Amino acid sequence: MGQLIYNRILQLLAVVFGVGALTFVLMRSLPGDMAFRIASSRYGQDNVSAEAAEYIRQELNLNQSGISSFFSWLIDLAQFNLGNSLVSGQPVSDIVSHQLGHSVMLAVAGLALSVLIAFPLGLASVKWQKWFEPVAVVFSIAVRALPVFVIGLIFILMFALYWQWLPVAGFDTPQHLILPTLTLAIALAATSNRIVASSTRQVLRAPFYQFSMMKGLSPLRTFQRHGVRNILLPVVAFIGIQFITVIEGIVMIESLFSWPGVGHGLAHAIFARDIPVIQGTALCLGVMFVMLNTVVDLLCYWIDPRIKEEQ
Amino acid sequence: MRIFTTALLALMFVFQANANTPPSKSNTVTISAAFEFANVDPSSSGYIFTRMQVIETLFDVDNLGNLLPGLALEATPNSELTEWTITLRDGVRFHDDSLMNADTVVNSLNIALGKYGSLGKVPVKNIVAQGENKVVIELSEAYKSLPAVLANYSNVILSRASYAEDGKVVNLIGTGPYTLFEVTPPHKITVKKFDGYWGKKASIEYATYLTGHRGESRVLQAISGQADIALQLPPASIMRLKMNPQTDVQSYSLPRTLVLKLNNAHPYLNSVKARQALSLAIDRKGIASAVLGTPDSGTAQLLPRSMSDWYLESFAHPESDIHKAKAMLKELGWTENSQGLLQRDDKVFELSLITYADRPELTNVATALQAQWKKLGVKLNVSITSSSSIPAGHQDGSLEVALIARNYGVIADPLVVLSNDFSAEGGDWGAMNWSNAEFNQLIKQLNYTLDADKYREKAQRAATILATELPVIPVSAYTEEVSVNKRLKGFHFDPFGRDFYLSDLEF
Repeated sequence: MGQLIYNRILQLLAVVFGVGALTFVLMRSLPGDMAFRIASSRYGQDNVSAEAAEYIRQELNLNQSGISSFFSWLIDLAQFNLGNSLVSGQPVSDIVSHQLGHSVMLAVAGLALSVLIAFPLGLASVKWQKWFEPVAVVFSIAVRALPVFVIGLIFILMFALYWQWLPVAGFDTPQHLILPTLTLAIALAATSNRIVASSTRQVLRAPFYQFSMMKGLSPLRTFQRHGVRNILLPVVAFIGIQFITVIEGIVMIESLFSWPGVGHGLAHAIFARDIPVIQGTALCLGVMFVMLNTVVDLLCYWIDPRIKEEQ
Repeated sequence: MRIFTTALLALMFVFQANANTPPSKSNTVTISAAFEFANVDPSSSGYIFTRMQVIETLFDVDNLGNLLPGLALEATPNSELTEWTITLRDGVRFHDDSLMNADTVVNSLNIALGKYGSLGKVPVKNIVAQGENKVVIELSEAYKSLPAVLANYSNVILSRASYAEDGKVVNLIGTGPYTLFEVTPPHKITVKKFDGYWGKKASIEYATYLTGHRGESRVLQAISGQADIALQLPPASIMRLKMNPQTDVQSYSLPRTLVLKLNNAHPYLNSVKARQALSLAIDRKGIASAVLGTPDSGTAQLLPRSMSDWYLESFAHPESDIHKAKAMLKELGWTENSQGLLQRDDKVFELSLITYADRPELTNVATALQAQWKKLGVKLNVSITSSSSIPAGHQDGSLEVALIARNYGVIADPLVVLSNDFSAEGGDWGAMNWSNAEFNQLIKQLNYTLDADKYREKAQRAATILATELPVIPVSAYTEEVSVNKRLKGFHFDPFGRDFYLSDLEF
């Protein structure tokens, strides 16, 4: 366990440096004048001009060399300072915490609801294989085949326009969270219910499971003692990976529901060449990825005592 | 007596409750549009805070672009138009209860002058306070449009407490009928009615602005009643909104025009006849009705009819004639090759057009133009890029053709934008490698012409030069479709994008 945490800390440092350096190099390598991009985002397309770009270049000292600005970023980072946005001048930490906070909130709520949908669906698929499995498969394929914004639109049409129970878009109140969460959960559950079903089927067919039935344990007790943990192992690993991809990839949901998340923010920062915001966001996502992997490992460590014994 | 006391207590309770009532559907007007604001600094995001009536400028603008008194009552120039004395309104208080006087105005204007913005383009020598309610602005040369520039959002007047020592705006303390209640850049602003406002006080307690990223989301917000006012609506949704009993859809003409910016030094575009032929080959009616969904918006001139000094009635009905256009290009030595493309000196008439995705209609119009010019025999390669590529392409000379949506009403007096866009050196969003001595002279003269008739005469001549020589080719005017919930009364629209007129609204 100690070794695992030690390794993860080393990994974290490597990720921080790697992600920061890579985003910096990639952003600097993009064609086009950074000053014009920043001016366009700051002053709006009607006001971007060579004069505005020059003003930005002077104000932000964009003429300094790439190496010197990268080292200033590293020095700031060593002091836990992510710098200020080139567009708005706001501290990157404020921007990232606002956006990432909203994304994490949506991702956690969506993932939690997806687990609540996926487990019963997956288990029911195995239990009533003949008639329920095809229904679950059709549901999964249909949902996966639809772009996520179409699912969102269907929910908006039902809950916001027809019944008028919930707001179409926005944030700040719990009601605003419901529709994006539901959209995300349904999209995620379409895949994870198949993982649950496949994992369950694998465990139920396993010799140790068959043996526990033969030695006289009731089906419920067998499931509780030998089924749950074994089914959970691949599912937990899958949900861990799903979580981070959800945070990065819910741009469409954020756009549709005007949700101020990190996906939308990151896309805008890339268009605007707002390098400190891109670096700060990528860094936080990298750190989250390592931390989440650690949590998943620890959970698997707790669920599966064999790992402890192997070590 | 007991009844009276109870009634009084109940009344006090109601008022107390009202004073602390949080924003809710019943006391808040909600606006949804696509603008994302960066921060609270007026130089970059002032447009959204003037619209939300938090901050104000020295002069206001009516729907036709005429200047009205704002925080200032009048601006009086000297005979050479190089010194302007601005008389301020008395009794104006900021939201922090401090009094507006000449010193605070000078402070705000000097800070605006130091930042990138419209005032920086004016030849200002000095801004000084004269007594408590007069400000004198000294210029290095005549500049007729100074009051119009002062009506721009980047030149708003803020309380001294708004600024940090380095001039950065840290709190937005303005003078408007609404005060900031909550700001979450770049998506949400909630404002609360300011009871100490000097003018007509607002009747609705709160107003919220929410960025609706997608046009479809804004339409759905309007239909569901979540947004009372929804702007920048996609044309395809207008019919649906019109059928909705809750909403009223209104159309307004904007001083924004879809324009083809041309590199006039390009060997295929350096002749007036070639540019006229390209303009003739554009089916403006088709683009306006089929692509933009606003059938009457096709135009061959830069400014709308509302800016009558600059509008030419003789160019009011742009024609499209592909045969005439072909004949004109033939006169320039272009012949049709076996693939139907025009060719001269073994080179095909091929141009690259750039446009940007910030405005979704631009991509559609660009591909429509591609198809229309193909009929003429011109091969147009379209690429979608960022809006910043237009000025960058202008500066490095790489731009050939760009399709842009130019706002000529960013300053109420179009002379300011036109003189920047069509100056002898060209403009990032205007002419490229084009100069006309007569036009330059007219613009210079217009900057000190106060007589209305003479001004109109010169402006008409300048507009004729632009419409004939076509350093840029206008394609279509913009029409804004606005959805207004029927629970609102008193809505009116500002084509100059300075104001949502929240204080005129009632439920």
